[in-house]
Amino acid sequence: MTIKDLIKKTDFTVINSGSNLESSISKPFCCDLLSIAMSKAPANSAWVTVMGNMNTLAVAVLADVACIILAEGITLDTAAIEKAKQQDITVLQSNMQVFETALLVHELINA
Amino acid sequence: MSNTITLKYTVSSDDFTRAGEASSTVKSKLKQMNLPPEIIRKVAIAMYEGEINMFIHANGGEITVEISPTEIVIVLEDKGPGIENITQAMTAGFSTAPDNIRSLGFGAGMGLPNMKKYSDEMSLSSNVGVGTTVTMKVFIK
Repeated sequence: MTIKDLIKKTDFTVINSGSNLESSISKPFCCDLLSIAMSKAPANSAWVTVMGNMNTLAVAVLADVACIILAEGITLDTAAIEKAKQQDITVLQSNMQVFETALLVHELINA
Repeated sequence: MSNTITLKYTVSSDDFTRAGEASSTVKSKLKQMNLPPEIIRKVAIAMYEGEINMFIHANGGEITVEISPTEIVIVLEDKGPGIENITQAMTAGFSTAPDNIRSLGFGAGMGLPNMKKYSDEMSLSSNVGVGTTVTMKVFIK
């Protein structure tokens, strides 16, 4: 399933749309501790977190995740949105909890 | 003629939102050089953890990255407080990071362990009150 498909099939809000919307998502990944996310996030995963700050964006780039999904309706501040644009990172927002968000991504990938 | 490329970065101590920029820049350069993705990932993770450590614990510092055809050597030098007990600092889960840093998602005590895990060789020398130098090598061949 591509990021574009994920956006189509869910009611996730697109906070920033990167240029990788045609990329496939490997699996969902949940973690809020950035050092753990950094070393454990699978490449091309959809990273579900409630940690929405500049450092989340840096980790997403360095760990090569497909997109960030901010759960619980968490959003980015203006400076972080600007950074996401600059770094070309796809950031989505879900109003569901972390588990439900990741489960939905999992079910859609395996549908 | 030398085939080694040397890159130098200064890690600032005043803007945490910029921490990671040096690592991102190095990652882009390694991508341009068409190095294998697993090598790039190792360098990016090891260097980012080092960069974050310098910011949190040492008021910033200097990073030198040397890229040769056989290896990538990352040297992180700071003039911070030094590490009293290196064995303790290398233990996964041990952290002296302050609460404001923890609230940003760091301070899990995984920094140095991740640096060791993702580099092929790592050495650390530290003098209390003087500073810390970490050298990490990632082999290309």
